[in-house]
Amino acid sequence: MAEQRESHLWKWLLCTPALLVLVLAASGPLFIVLAYSFLTPGTMGGVRWEFSTEGWFRVFLQRDIFDPDEVRWNQAHLTIFWRSISLSLQTTIICAVLGFPTAWFIATRPPHRRALWLFLITIPFWTNLLIRTFAIQELIRNNGTINTLLMRTGIIDSPIQMMFTDFAVLLGMAYVFMPLMVLPLYAAMDKLDFRLVEAGYDLYASRIKVLWYVILPLVKPGFIAGSILVFIPSIGAYVTPRVLGGGRTMMLGNLIALQFGQGRNWPLGAALAVVMLVIVVTTLVLYLRWANREGGQVRV
Amino acid sequence: MKKTLTVSLVALLASGAMAKAEGVLNLYNWGNYTSPELIERFTEETGIQVTVTDFDSNDTALARIRQGGHGFDIVVPSDTYIPVWIEEGLFQPLDPEIVTDRGNIAPQWLDVDYDQGREYTVPWAWGTTGIIVNTSVYGGDINTAGVIFEPPEELRGRINVIPEMSDVMSLAIYHVGGTDRCTDDMDVLRQVRDMLMEAKPHWLALDYGTVDSYAAGDLDAGIYWNGASMRARLQNDDLAYGYPRAGYPLWMDNAAVLADAQNPENAMRFMNFILQPENAALISNFARYANGITGSEAYMDEVMRDAPEIVVPDDLIGAGRFGQPCSEEINDIHTQIWTELLQ
Amino acid sequence: MFRRSYSVSHLPGFGFVAILTFLMLYLPILVLVIFSFNAGVSQSIWEGFSLQWYEAAFRNRQVRDVSIRSLWLAATAAGIATMVATLAALGTTRTGRFPGQTMIYALINQPLMVPEVVTGVALLIFVAAIKVQTGYTGMGYLVAAHTAFCIPFAYLPIRARLETMDINLERAAADLYATPLQAFRYITLPLLVPGILAGFMLGFVISLDTVVITEFVKSAGQDTLPTYMLGQLRRTVTPEMNAIATLFLALSLMIVTAFFLITRKRGA
Repeated sequence: MAEQRESHLWKWLLCTPALLVLVLAASGPLFIVLAYSFLTPGTMGGVRWEFSTEGWFRVFLQRDIFDPDEVRWNQAHLTIFWRSISLSLQTTIICAVLGFPTAWFIATRPPHRRALWLFLITIPFWTNLLIRTFAIQELIRNNGTINTLLMRTGIIDSPIQMMFTDFAVLLGMAYVFMPLMVLPLYAAMDKLDFRLVEAGYDLYASRIKVLWYVILPLVKPGFIAGSILVFIPSIGAYVTPRVLGGGRTMMLGNLIALQFGQGRNWPLGAALAVVMLVIVVTTLVLYLRWANREGGQVRV
Repeated sequence: MKKTLTVSLVALLASGAMAKAEGVLNLYNWGNYTSPELIERFTEETGIQVTVTDFDSNDTALARIRQGGHGFDIVVPSDTYIPVWIEEGLFQPLDPEIVTDRGNIAPQWLDVDYDQGREYTVPWAWGTTGIIVNTSVYGGDINTAGVIFEPPEELRGRINVIPEMSDVMSLAIYHVGGTDRCTDDMDVLRQVRDMLMEAKPHWLALDYGTVDSYAAGDLDAGIYWNGASMRARLQNDDLAYGYPRAGYPLWMDNAAVLADAQNPENAMRFMNFILQPENAALISNFARYANGITGSEAYMDEVMRDAPEIVVPDDLIGAGRFGQPCSEEINDIHTQIWTELLQ
Repeated sequence: MFRRSYSVSHLPGFGFVAILTFLMLYLPILVLVIFSFNAGVSQSIWEGFSLQWYEAAFRNRQVRDVSIRSLWLAATAAGIATMVATLAALGTTRTGRFPGQTMIYALINQPLMVPEVVTGVALLIFVAAIKVQTGYTGMGYLVAAHTAFCIPFAYLPIRARLETMDINLERAAADLYATPLQAFRYITLPLLVPGILAGFMLGFVISLDTVVITEFVKSAGQDTLPTYMLGQLRRTVTPEMNAIATLFLALSLMIVTAFFLITRKRGA
């Protein structure tokens, strides 16, 4: 027993340097954010060390600008929350719809070719996010590549407005997060037992039935992992809405940044950051629960 | 592995030491505002290595400096914020031994409200926030913010507004008849809110990097700074810059040496350096704004000397207004309107 | 055999969508690279081949500075992250469950799960407080922030490598009276090298990519290439940006290719 405890100690010692860095530069500061959300905004930014729940109040509610006694839901914030969640869900769906066939395509290549296709999927992921966002921008601007081509070939007379729309933000996010969906899907398909698919056909199931009743349940874990991996960075997106959305419509990340900059309201910004964190953690927990339950059903 | 560790540790220490070494100057300035040529010439003359770090708003800059431990020597905030900086003791007075050429500052920029007699600051550049319009699309009066806030049919959906809360709020307040950008007149603010909310559906974007969008005709009108406007006009003759009659923000960005600068002497040398007309002209040539140093015109690019974006028409000079930073309460209202606008 | 497996796995339309996806992934990058060689300023009209934008990028001292700083930061952060991740992987792999293991996993994976904006804001507040207390404003903060962010990426391939390693080799070494340290030095470590290299490369690329955290943490003269590019938003984007982007693209590509080759050898 003593010997075992000693070996645990070793394991902990080996992990200590990594944990130290992580606690100091990643996890620990999150608690400070929580603390700051209960302070009073300082003049011209920063905080005063006085307890206040005003920051949290302002996350969801608002006193009418012109009639301070009238309290109502903070419509602007709620709209921004909803837009962030909705755009993130749409991004996840787009990634799933395009990512599933792509992962399937890769998984059904001859084994020695698969690695190459996988490699091709990951390359964009390893290139700078900002560079990729700029690349999208160059493509969809009014005088960008797509519009110029369409106009030169006479298909359209005036450029299609793509920049500064929700479409642009969606396209950008789906573009940058796509590999995060394809990779776990591929991992799930790689383990897929094709004899089950074959059995489905042997029982005269149509392609759609095999897809729906055999393949999809089997790769569900891949879907779940991929959806989490896409949804989380989408909800936190800051660069993509800023560059492609043209700042016309904010997402949660931009709203947080505004409070720490021109808004000069750090406690509100901190409270909003905690809200974002809560959305992320809730998503994770919901997904994991669902995954466990579904996993049980599949086995039955 | 061990070698990697040693190498990275040494490198780490070296980089830490470097920042404190002599012959360094850390400049904290607006993005895309610092002429590389200016920095090169300064380094050539003095041997001092300059690093430039960007900030994106006066608030960001002030918040970061006030926290302390920032490592910067010189900062370039706008006029409205200067009194706050000075009151909080964040600047150190110019050293008359080194900064000997304060006399080069043009008379109208010497005794400014925010820094009487230029005890702390030196002009960097000044300009206006106004209206850019493509005159081939809209032929009407462009010396009004109505082009943006109550856009005519042909400009709807073709408008861009710079995402600068204070500039947009100022123009809107002046447009509805307010005279003070920090007004606490709730009727004015209510009109501003309603006007902005109504105008927003006609705006295409709230974006910065749009010089070539105007030039290419992707955007036909917008709230813009005079220097950027000029860059766009140089690419496309149809573009014109308007000064709203009801009032438009005048601003000047000023360089100052921070009280806790690590290289104060180098910083003072830099301050005197940008007081020289030939150097101030480099600032202007790069960013296309005027600079407030007497005699620098002679060194400026030809296109700048009589540019309509730089030389304000006589009848509109009076409409230009310097502002001041608003109180917390007013700024809070501005932020709420702004958030509502961008929801 | 081929025919049958083909028909089983074939789903109509999937190949088409897959190719479309690949096109969508590569078209923007391709356009970016092509127009970095454009003789004109335009991003859409080809005006002939030229290297002028590369020359412009090399001449621009600020671009040189921020590029070097980015590379230095990536190397340092990835180096430290790889070292601590290797130790952590040794501590958490090939063992039964032990108390606190879940917490360790959660901590290691935490940077993957928390949005960058939140981490950035948290670090802004935290670092500001330390700066005031200590007066230290060097690159240490950025190194620490990037290291923490790189750890999960460095940890994954190292752990994967450890898990597939034959533990009998170390047992054999122990049977031959090697001390645990000797066994580690001469058996485990050499076998682990591909994993460590892979971890370092992932960390390096991730650090090069980190923009939001850097934006919030940076002090005087600490702009990296991504934050510099973000600052350029206020000005016209010229093909000079394309040229810089292309160079970094090539660098990332080289590293990822090396990573790919290393990990593939492992699989074989």
